[in-house]
Amino acid sequence: MGVYVIHILNALLYSSVLFLIAGGLSLIYGVMRILNLAHGNLYALGAFVTAWAIGTALEAGAPTAVLLLLLPAGAVAAGAAGGVIERTLLRPFYKRPEEYQLLMTFGLLMILEDLIRLIWGPNPLSATTVYATLGSISIGGDRYPAYNLVIIAVGILAALFLWAFIYRTRFGVFLRATSQDKRMASALGVNVDRIYIQAFTLGCFMAGLGGAIVVPSQSAVLGMGVDALVLAFIVVVIGGLGSLEGALAGALIVGVVREAGITFFPEAELAVLYLIAALVLLARPAGLFGRA
Amino acid sequence: MDLLTTQALSISFGDNRAVDGVDFSVKQGEVLALIGSNGAGKTTLVNLISGLMPPDSGHIIFEDRNVTRQSSYERIKAGIARSFQIVNLFDQLSCADNVALSIFSREGKTLNLAALASRDRAVWEEAHDVLRRFGLDRTAMILAGAISHGERKLLDVAVAYALRPKLLFLDEPTSGVSTREKAPIMDIVSSIVRSGGITVVIIEHDMDIVFRYSERIVVMHQGSILADGTPDEIRQNDAVTTTLIGAHPSREPAFRSAGDAGG
Amino acid sequence: MLLVVAPFVIDPFQILTLTYGLIAAIGALGFNLLLGYTGLLSFGHSAFFGAGAYTVAFLVKYLKVASMELFLAGSVLVSAILSLLFGYVCVRYTRIFFGILTLALSQVLWSLAFKLFWVTGGTDGLRVPTPTILGAAAIDDKMEFLAHRYYYYVLAAFAICVLLMWVIVHSPFGKALQAIRDNETRAEFIGIRIRRYRLIAFVISGIFTGVAGALWAPLNGLVSPEVLVWTFSGEIVFMTVLGGFRTFVGPIVGAVAFTYLKTYAVGFTVYWQLLLGTVLVVLVLALPTGIMGTVNLVAGKMKTPS
Repeated sequence: MGVYVIHILNALLYSSVLFLIAGGLSLIYGVMRILNLAHGNLYALGAFVTAWAIGTALEAGAPTAVLLLLLPAGAVAAGAAGGVIERTLLRPFYKRPEEYQLLMTFGLLMILEDLIRLIWGPNPLSATTVYATLGSISIGGDRYPAYNLVIIAVGILAALFLWAFIYRTRFGVFLRATSQDKRMASALGVNVDRIYIQAFTLGCFMAGLGGAIVVPSQSAVLGMGVDALVLAFIVVVIGGLGSLEGALAGALIVGVVREAGITFFPEAELAVLYLIAALVLLARPAGLFGRA
Repeated sequence: MDLLTTQALSISFGDNRAVDGVDFSVKQGEVLALIGSNGAGKTTLVNLISGLMPPDSGHIIFEDRNVTRQSSYERIKAGIARSFQIVNLFDQLSCADNVALSIFSREGKTLNLAALASRDRAVWEEAHDVLRRFGLDRTAMILAGAISHGERKLLDVAVAYALRPKLLFLDEPTSGVSTREKAPIMDIVSSIVRSGGITVVIIEHDMDIVFRYSERIVVMHQGSILADGTPDEIRQNDAVTTTLIGAHPSREPAFRSAGDAGG
Repeated sequence: MLLVVAPFVIDPFQILTLTYGLIAAIGALGFNLLLGYTGLLSFGHSAFFGAGAYTVAFLVKYLKVASMELFLAGSVLVSAILSLLFGYVCVRYTRIFFGILTLALSQVLWSLAFKLFWVTGGTDGLRVPTPTILGAAAIDDKMEFLAHRYYYYVLAAFAICVLLMWVIVHSPFGKALQAIRDNETRAEFIGIRIRRYRLIAFVISGIFTGVAGALWAPLNGLVSPEVLVWTFSGEIVFMTVLGGFRTFVGPIVGAVAFTYLKTYAVGFTVYWQLLLGTVLVVLVLALPTGIMGTVNLVAGKMKTPS
């Protein structure tokens, strides 16, 4: 029995991180119609910044509580980077064909990849202290890392917060209006420029948060961004690009399949994922929750 | 002889019954105007007939064949063509290219990837001929995106015309065009079309053009046909004039076309 | 003409770079049939390049083939089948979704090459020895061979590909593709079956890129999954846009330029991605029409003095 609970928890863990990344990607696309190819590297940035912050604080002798408080550092950094990027690099492209936007974000991907290497070097950074200090709990007789529950908790909180934010606040109304009809929203007095920068910042913050919370359990390593992006793509293909419910559903599906894959058929889990994505595409081209 | 008939054709978009059980017919060789206020369903009807979207119910019969389930490709090959209300052209290609494409397509030559397009003299001669007839010969080598709006409207019709269709739908061929340019455009269009023996259906808002160029008028309102008759019959139809406010024929026409000095 | 005498005046390393450049040009030419002429941005062309390259590697490993001609024939066949399959799925979509799909499909291939290491050699890759050209084996030393005979072989292939593509884009089919690019609704309404034409363009495009991959394999000597990764597809897009995707020669110029750029960047700094990424960003911001587009613009301005 305990084994199944652990499998479910592992799946939820993976889904949480994926939801944060894919949700951010979908949010950006939904509002701005931009597919941010650099998104994976903002996740990586979050991981590196958090790992670095925690590592530095650790050397300074900070207590665990401080270390935990430093976790979101990566998210803040990614969000800030997103804000800067939107304002300087993306804004000139809104009136241009989307091919150029795609290329711009691809260029950003390359730049970020090497910037991370430039700043933190080619070796992985870790924050395992946080992971270890939280110890493990007992589930049905097996030991399970307590930190993993933190990740799942963050994922759930993020989903709830986002839902409340988008459907229960005034800003959320503007966001939804802009994503449905930018010109109309603008004509009604919505400051579309502000919405764009806020949406992009929020999306990047989410990606960074994904990296930040995952880094204690696995190190920040070069190339993690590119790998994450492909998985995020699978999530949005399955769930529907531009939809948060879709990102959630897609993340859960991918999390479950991956966990099942790792346990039962480790060589093929990626292939199974691609297969599912392909099937979804053939049956419902816009994704489970997407609008074509 | 009815070239085209629709039977109980309907389509709804959500709650909006855009086309509601329409029985519409066009006789071979006639020039018919389809009028009605905005949202009456005129363009939607044309979209259904040309195959842009399938109807919810009803049938479309063209030349005694039921084409309701046919794709737009098949309908074009059968002889139905249309121009567009909002100009739809190949902006990065020259005007001659635009017309030539219709000709290449009509001749089934567009799958030919082993020969240079420029070598096909017959196609280019015909393309230039069509442009000349539409008064567009000066634009032949200019990109379609770079000519004036009036020229674009004409080119839009020319591209459809070059398909040598049996039935041609013109969706607001003079919309957005300055008053001065409207009648010349319609003169070109109607003379070309008449000499080719093509059956034409024109969607128009400009009542002066409607009464001047059509032989038969069909009035639509909120998805159904309100009236159907000759220009005189429609002129005297009170239901029509009350629905289409501002189109009362006893008032002076809003403008005079270039050759219409006496009125 | 410069290209013909090159091996006699430039040193072998330069010739090798040039050969890589010509190979990339064939790939970019194929890619641009889809982007510049049909309006479809594929982010998965590495799939075809890799398919061509791996076909060569498999022919060497499993069938002990060494003939360049057989390599090319095999690659054409494999990339044709692959692009038919991928294209069938992808051309139902356009724009962003088309891009995502092509990316995802190429990643499937990448993960297969990566995981099935007992077939593909995994990250170690598969070795490709020098092939026979037109039946004649390489008797001279490898570098000499590559810088001379192989260079001319590639040059000839390049010339043939350029000619073929030139005819294709100037044919009625080519015009139809451009019509689809400019206005798919209108294209449909003059009787062009959009999906079918896009699929044909996709297959032709895939074959050209596959041929490039096949020519690349013996030159590189090693075929590994890196040739299938999606960021490599991004490089194909990069080089095409660099040269200017609105012109016929743009992709050629861009591919050669990019090859030199990357070769020197990689040799110059370990942060070459930063360098190239910045070039791309600047390119897209300031010179979106690419090298050839800018050249045409300047030439046009010079013809009409203010």
